[in-house]
Amino acid sequence: MTCLHLLLTLVFAVSLGTPVEIQRPRGVPLTKKQFYEESKPFTCLDGSRTIPFDRVNDDYCDCKDGSDEPGTAACPNGSFHCTNAGYRPMFIPSSRINDGICDCCDTTDEYNSGAKCENTCKELGRKEREVLQKMAEITKEGFLLKQQLIEEAKKGQQEKQSKVTDMQENKKQLDEKVEALRTVKETAEQPEKEAKERHLKAWEEQKAAIRLEKDKAKMAETFLELDDNADGFVSVSELQSHAELDPDADGTLTEIEAQGLMGGAEQVDTSTFESVWPKIKDKYHSEVSREEADISCLVRCLLCLCVVQAQPTIKTPEKTHEDEEAMPPYDADTQALIDAAQKARDDFEEAEKALREMDDQIRNIEKELSFDFGPDAEFTYLYSQCYELTTSEYIYRLCPFNRVSQKPKYGGSETNLGTWGSWSGPENNKYLLMKYEQGTGCWQGPNRSTTVKLTCGKETVVTSTSEPSRCEYLMEFTTPAVCQEPANIDPSPHDHVEL
Amino acid sequence: SFGLWGITLLMGLLSVFFVCLFFSSAFAVDRGNFKTCDQSAFCKRQRAFKPGQSPYRALLETLELSDSRLTLQLINDNNKVHLLLELYRLQGNMTRVKINELKPLKPRFEVPDVLIAEPPTDLSVLSKDDNGVVLSLGAESQRLIVSARPFRLDIMEGPEVLLSLNSRGLLAFEHLRLRKDTNKEEDGLWEETFKSHTDTKPNGPTSISLDFSLPGVEHVYGIPEHADDLKLKTTDGGDPYRLYNLDVFQYELYNPMALYGSIPLMLAHNTQRTMGIFWLNAAETWVDISSNTAGKTVFGKMLDFVQGSSEKPQTDVRWISESGIIDVFIMLGPKPSDVFSQYASLTGTQSFPPLASLGYHQCRWNYNDQEDVKSVDQGFDQHDIPYDFIWLDIEHADGKRYFTWDPHKFSQPKEMLQGLMDKKRKMVAIVDPHIKVDSGYKIHNEITSKDFYVKNKDGGNYEGWCWPGNSGYPDFTNPEMRAWWASMFAYDQYEGSMENLFTWNDMNEPSVFNGPEVTMHKDALHGKWEHRDIHNMYGLYVQMATAEGQIQRSGGAERPFVLTRAFFAGSQRFGAVWTGDNAAEWDHLKISIPMCLSLGLVGVSFCGADVGGFFKNPSTELLVRWYQTGAYQPFFRAHAHLDTTRREPWLFGPENTALIREAVRQRYALLPYWYQLFFQAYRTGMPVMRPLWVDYPKDTATFTIDDEFLIGSDLLVHPVTEEGSRGVTAYLPGAGEVWYDVHTFQKHNGAQNLYIPVTLSSIPVFQRGGSIIPRKDRVRRSSACMENDPYTLYVALSPKKFAEGKLYIDDGHSFNYDTKKEFIHRSLTFANNALTSSNLCPDCNFLTSSWIEKVLILGASKPSKVVLKMNGKETPVDFEFDSSMSVLTLRKPGMNAGDDWTLLLQ
Repeated sequence: MTCLHLLLTLVFAVSLGTPVEIQRPRGVPLTKKQFYEESKPFTCLDGSRTIPFDRVNDDYCDCKDGSDEPGTAACPNGSFHCTNAGYRPMFIPSSRINDGICDCCDTTDEYNSGAKCENTCKELGRKEREVLQKMAEITKEGFLLKQQLIEEAKKGQQEKQSKVTDMQENKKQLDEKVEALRTVKETAEQPEKEAKERHLKAWEEQKAAIRLEKDKAKMAETFLELDDNADGFVSVSELQSHAELDPDADGTLTEIEAQGLMGGAEQVDTSTFESVWPKIKDKYHSEVSREEADISCLVRCLLCLCVVQAQPTIKTPEKTHEDEEAMPPYDADTQALIDAAQKARDDFEEAEKALREMDDQIRNIEKELSFDFGPDAEFTYLYSQCYELTTSEYIYRLCPFNRVSQKPKYGGSETNLGTWGSWSGPENNKYLLMKYEQGTGCWQGPNRSTTVKLTCGKETVVTSTSEPSRCEYLMEFTTPAVCQEPANIDPSPHDHVEL
Repeated sequence: SFGLWGITLLMGLLSVFFVCLFFSSAFAVDRGNFKTCDQSAFCKRQRAFKPGQSPYRALLETLELSDSRLTLQLINDNNKVHLLLELYRLQGNMTRVKINELKPLKPRFEVPDVLIAEPPTDLSVLSKDDNGVVLSLGAESQRLIVSARPFRLDIMEGPEVLLSLNSRGLLAFEHLRLRKDTNKEEDGLWEETFKSHTDTKPNGPTSISLDFSLPGVEHVYGIPEHADDLKLKTTDGGDPYRLYNLDVFQYELYNPMALYGSIPLMLAHNTQRTMGIFWLNAAETWVDISSNTAGKTVFGKMLDFVQGSSEKPQTDVRWISESGIIDVFIMLGPKPSDVFSQYASLTGTQSFPPLASLGYHQCRWNYNDQEDVKSVDQGFDQHDIPYDFIWLDIEHADGKRYFTWDPHKFSQPKEMLQGLMDKKRKMVAIVDPHIKVDSGYKIHNEITSKDFYVKNKDGGNYEGWCWPGNSGYPDFTNPEMRAWWASMFAYDQYEGSMENLFTWNDMNEPSVFNGPEVTMHKDALHGKWEHRDIHNMYGLYVQMATAEGQIQRSGGAERPFVLTRAFFAGSQRFGAVWTGDNAAEWDHLKISIPMCLSLGLVGVSFCGADVGGFFKNPSTELLVRWYQTGAYQPFFRAHAHLDTTRREPWLFGPENTALIREAVRQRYALLPYWYQLFFQAYRTGMPVMRPLWVDYPKDTATFTIDDEFLIGSDLLVHPVTEEGSRGVTAYLPGAGEVWYDVHTFQKHNGAQNLYIPVTLSSIPVFQRGGSIIPRKDRVRRSSACMENDPYTLYVALSPKKFAEGKLYIDDGHSFNYDTKKEFIHRSLTFANNALTSSNLCPDCNFLTSSWIEKVLILGASKPSKVVLKMNGKETPVDFEFDSSMSVLTLRKPGMNAGDDWTLLLQ
């Protein structure tokens, strides 16, 4: 049988320095003492029913809300109050009463299980006070540091703001300069353009003349080739030997077709051949070139090689068919105009580049200024900094507002664990968590991401990393920037009695 | 537990392999990795034989009869090869049929270590003539007829044939031969190549086949493991059901493909009788099923009936195995419970698990480090959810060297285990059978020096790829190896282990990443036997040796707990089984029911599926529904793949945490019932989770039900397994019986389909009218914390105002129940308005501090007075009566749970 009698607890409460005994049923907090009066029937706290008082803590659950069994495990939803004098009072689920495991530091939860619990409240209280004190110190110092950070950030912000203003002023001047140089450039480019066009036109005309000349030579050469019997005339039959000239591409050049090419004539002399030549020159295959082309090419190539080998430092390109027609150099006047224009262009581009750089600088500062560095800009100092933590396998690197990465300690490439996303702490203080997203994709999984948890500390340090879920990292980071203003109250919270 | 994923460790491995995996990443099994019957030479060869006149003839003149054994030679008239037929009658209405070559070139493999007994009994010849022999099978007018020409066996009861062997002439026994004597070089006789793997077959063709006809049978069950319905389907036009233990990556549902385990036991059932066919063979096996009524519509069947022309329904079964001998046990029932006890008398019963292992198990691949373990443990307390075991997967070990701990992540295992012990909780760490080939690894070195590794065909140590990279595979078929393995679990050998550390054997098919069909080459050698011969029992041996190790480390005092993925007939004796690497999909939740029901029917009661689904991320609704279902299945463990997001029960918002907490609490409240059922399973072989037809064998409406199930005889569960479900229709069996909703106590009549509207919090469960279920309604953070808690008795009255149940109590963890009879076993009976507790084991001796805090009598009428009679004294008992639901609650009667007492309602 179990221990069923109603046990009343003796509670030592420190009030005005005098211990006072406050009797109440086991497991009942002082705040609810008035509902448990031994002389009266007990009404369940949810009002559902009233039972004789001897059914309170009799190890049988009568109330749906469990309120009749605050000191036993009888009700599935009950809760047990431990006073934990010397430490913090707390509630535990009533299922932990007499389960053989010490939950309350004052041992009151294990009164009938045989578990050997020791009262550790004083020790816990002491430790907690130490921790709290340490925390308080850290918070205090951290908060001072935070003030400095805020100051610096404000100063920095102002500096940057004014720098931006200055730069914007400078930029205006640069803008004007660029515009002025643009005009100079355009003014210089107009005559340059005209002179160049003139030069080009003259050269085109010259090229046309040369081409005409060549064509004529080729025509004469062709005439001689076609005029097989060297009678000074090219006849229909002589033309017919060149099947490639076949206008209907059926493979044979008939007599009629040949005659057609020759303008109806039976034969043509050199002067009338001039009217035949345009009709055949595109298709015509030279009788010699077919065999000789290869040889001449070969010879030329060999020559090339010789030339290259003989004059390895030669700078002018080899003359080939194409660059026989290279443009002649500009005349001095034109060249002078070009030089002048080039200088204007260079000046302009230089100015423009300076302007772009100025723009970039302004944009960078503006970007920095646009980050949410906290309500008082206290996180500003983290910008463009990086913090590392080395574990047994990896070096983790947190660059706040930029990215998180991981690199194997013993060689291997870096993995992006996420780039800056947003503040993502709870609604009342979103600045307690940073979220870095869209890191390197995981095989068969999501993109890596990292949550950075910020806690108050004097130092700015990454204190731990873990991967609670595949490819979802958690990083703990201390910084003075999250230290709250220390509450200026009694630093020993263990002493107060619940009310 | 992971198929081929978790590639990190394989980085150094062939990039080709990697690429292959990558391309197969779509979610579904890559069927091409596994053989069809057509791709398995012996299956194709055997299946090419069609039913017809058997070439086998019994040579009656060779008949020899001893007290319990009849032998007879058979001859194949085509090749003149002689076979030896042995017939035994076994105690408990069983017949054993063995067929081997009369003079094989060398011995053929016969399965050892599976049978715990083969108790023969008298066999007598009733008559004999030129056509055959008639044998008596005992008093029940059951006879075994051996027909000579062609050879066949018929088992009769009175005028009725119960079962025939070789009636379709499919007995085919490929005798051992020399290669030079092979007439024709048929494909696959002496060598077979699948994908890039060549199986050298030094023994040539060795397969065996036999057919069984079951007149009057339309429902056959069993032969797990398949991800398929409870009732086996006919295999005409498709592949046969395959039994070949394989690590199937992302298995597909509703097909006959082989999975991780094999139990070659089939049950046949009709309204008159339940029978079993146990085909004791550990080689690759295929089972064909055909039926003369399959495909007939209900109308067609009715037409047959009306016209009187109906041929009797019949199911024909054919077993094909690659090697070994024919060794079949025919169990004649006739009741389902008879078949269970018959099979249990051969292969043993479910091991009686430690009580804590029936609680909730929290697993994940992987809990990252000790800190992680600690914070998950604390999470359960913070959210007030009970659990008993937290599990560590392969990453806990130092480079997948089992029996070691990662020096960074788990540097202080004892500290971690002590922390759990302080909360009366336990841990399971994985120990797989592949051993990293590493000269700096003690386990490897010892196995090497003792020459305990499986050998390849050329006699060298067999090596394959698995989690640690290149690995050796200990030869668990070798008893010396098993004894050595067991000794490795001693506390001074397994460093960092403590008495609350238990074991999980995964990958024991065995899984060989670069082997044929992801397993071991069939021509690998276990002593003188080929892997081909023993394949399906490798996993059984691994679990056997591991469980033995756990028993030994406590000097034989403590019960082991070992989970295995691969299994064979007899595996039930060594621990729990789970359904492997399932997926977070609704269909996988649904299939967990028939998969565990099938296992229960063939002896393995301790079965579960990964709650939540192993691969992929479950929706919150699916996760909640899975907890609700898993809470009512025997092995209750949540597990998740490395690549899934965290899914501890409190990560889905307070509402869902509350739903999961409630499901887990329902489990814990019912632990006394589960424990008593496992005791019963251990004693009798009765499945714990069972199909309805087991308890309602004459109700044909129950024969195909596999979306609801019974736990014992007294709880009927119809979990919600449909997404967005608004209601389920549960079939409540039993004409004239009643069922009570366990949540509302509302009474429903049996033999009806009941529509139950559901919300996300609903788990439709009913208690049978006529039953008494003891619960511990004070749920605590682990089962051990509930040890001394009082019981509440739920007495559900039948329409005749009767109910009975049992209560079993012991220390929950030791063998003292067995060795010292230290347990309480009580019968609880409600009759004539009196509830009585009487002792079922008067010479047992165990003291409990648990008492009876409350008795709920469902379906009661209001008494004027309730009196407790105990030790000759009568004391009044307070009570309350709820007339709307007819529930009588007796308040705090207070007697000790081990006492004799009677509560009288006056």
